[in-house]
Amino acid sequence: MKERIALTVGPVLYYWPRRALLDFYAAVAESAADTVVLGEVVCSRRHEMRPDDWLALARDLAACGKEVVLASQALLESESDLRGMRRLAQQDEFMVEAGDASALRALAGRPFVLGPHINVYSQPALQEHARLGAVRWVAPVELGLDALALINPPDARVAGGPQGTTPVATEVFAFGRLPLAFSARCFTARHFHLNKDECAFRCIEHPDGLRLDTGEGEPFLALNGIQTQSAAQHCLIGDAPALRAAGISRARLSPVSQHFGDVIDLFERVFNGDADARTAAASLHALSLPGGLVNGFAHRRAGLERMPA
Amino acid sequence: MPASSQATATPPPLRKPQLVCPAGSLRALTLAIDAGADAVYMGLKDATNARNFAGLNFDLAQARDGIAYAHARGRHALMALNTFADARDPARWYRAVDAAAELGVDALICADTAVLAYARDHQPQLRLHLSVQASATTWEAIEFYRERYGIRRAVLPRVLTLPQVDQVCRHSGAEIEVFGFGSLCVMVEGRCALSSYATGQSPNTAGVCSPPSAVRWEDSAAGVQARLNGVLIDSYAPDEPRGYPTLCKGRFDIDGSRDYALEEPTSLNTLSVLPQLMEMGISAIKIEGRQRSPAYVEQVTRVWRAAIDSCAAQPARFGVQPQWVAALGRWAEGQQHTLGAYNRPWR
Repeated sequence: MKERIALTVGPVLYYWPRRALLDFYAAVAESAADTVVLGEVVCSRRHEMRPDDWLALARDLAACGKEVVLASQALLESESDLRGMRRLAQQDEFMVEAGDASALRALAGRPFVLGPHINVYSQPALQEHARLGAVRWVAPVELGLDALALINPPDARVAGGPQGTTPVATEVFAFGRLPLAFSARCFTARHFHLNKDECAFRCIEHPDGLRLDTGEGEPFLALNGIQTQSAAQHCLIGDAPALRAAGISRARLSPVSQHFGDVIDLFERVFNGDADARTAAASLHALSLPGGLVNGFAHRRAGLERMPA
Repeated sequence: MPASSQATATPPPLRKPQLVCPAGSLRALTLAIDAGADAVYMGLKDATNARNFAGLNFDLAQARDGIAYAHARGRHALMALNTFADARDPARWYRAVDAAAELGVDALICADTAVLAYARDHQPQLRLHLSVQASATTWEAIEFYRERYGIRRAVLPRVLTLPQVDQVCRHSGAEIEVFGFGSLCVMVEGRCALSSYATGQSPNTAGVCSPPSAVRWEDSAAGVQARLNGVLIDSYAPDEPRGYPTLCKGRFDIDGSRDYALEEPTSLNTLSVLPQLMEMGISAIKIEGRQRSPAYVEQVTRVWRAAIDSCAAQPARFGVQPQWVAALGRWAEGQQHTLGAYNRPWR
């Protein structure tokens, strides 16, 4: 019997109306997902959900049997950003996913998750973070699966947790538009000739980001406020054997506004059932956003490449 | 205090920040020192530093000569070891730490916790600076590195406003270094995988961004196209000035309209806010550009030397001199100067 690859629903990276967000999570609650990461990780100006709303949602999802992780913001700039991060670190109802080094300082000594924007590129770096108490590592998106296996080997996992006795679990970004970069500047506001502080929250009109094409009409990137993403969706549904061989026990599915229930379902049936990966990949391709599916990063290639599984 | 005595009192001179200048070669290093740099920063000829370009950087013999040149004149030589150790061979980064210690550099500039931990444990006498590539944007993030790895100085990412820089200075137990002039990274340093998405190589993984090996220039009837691993980054009319196709500075289409969707090619220039930076107690000002020519390094260093000296002597009367603007203007990317994020016209 093959070992389960747990499915994590990553944080919603976009700005969705509150109603859409709550409907989305109501569906996730009924899905095969094991873990749900909640919180606004991109822009502190977004306010459809307040900190207490996230906590209430977290409790609801936990009551439905989901493991809930609260994520801290990836780019902290102001004192108010820092206060928001500390508020997360001070509660002990849910585990926290660290978005930056400020959060590492606040979370040290407790079990926590290393988010994908913490720069861990080698085993000694993972060991440094495991010593702080990390129990789970979401690898940087640009790392190949071979690197993940070297950093946290399946047969000799790095020891983490507050006591240094918990083997660290590796989670890989397995589906969705890749979060590639952060800036102080809001590119969505810039596109609409608005200042960041008077942005009119135009990002709420783009539930999967604002697509940016090359001069030849090829979908290339997607603008999501201060975050730049790939237009193509990274998709490792055909790479399950390689994931298992690399010791990866968790796959992160990054939310999209349409058909996300199908995405979870297809990954569950391929990763943890007997469904055919090629057929599932074709189904995902049919549902995909403009830009299609890619998996180059997993194979130590340019991220926009598509490699056969 | 009577108003008259207040008017006649001279404000105390400000402490001068160190002027830290780029040395991509021995020639650039000597010119920077001669032009008044307090410190130069350099890298070895491999992927251990974030300007890993062919023809740049130092082998051990050149590094020894360069460091001796700086030390003989009472200046400092810093070594950038600021990429992330490759999972396949972290020992290469450790050897670079040992080599830097053996060379007698005045500080190592690092971003990777693996490298910082090695330096702390094996070369405890080495002074550590936190590289901008570590993306420490808050005082708490800097404190994390100070408490854990003993860093003495942190280089701030080019994304903070002046009040935010001030906040960091007030709360941080480490010295603060900021960028003064050079190419402007619009993305937070150390958190950008755009280059690896298009080419397979990024600052974090290979010490390069939009690497020259991936660039292709193609002539067509309409002009010249600049491609990065096949992706069209920009097109230029025959008479239009061309820029290097750095991915984030390309022209792209959104909803059918073409523009610099992320950032126009501009340069960071903070001369006009130098008095504020010095009042905040900034310890060092960094000039970007190890990939630039020795002539760039010399002339930019000369301008900044004059500006810092003038500002320190009479901060209240400091003004940006037209000849400085003219000299820096020759070297600005896209021939435009901006304050970057320090003041945000777009905020």
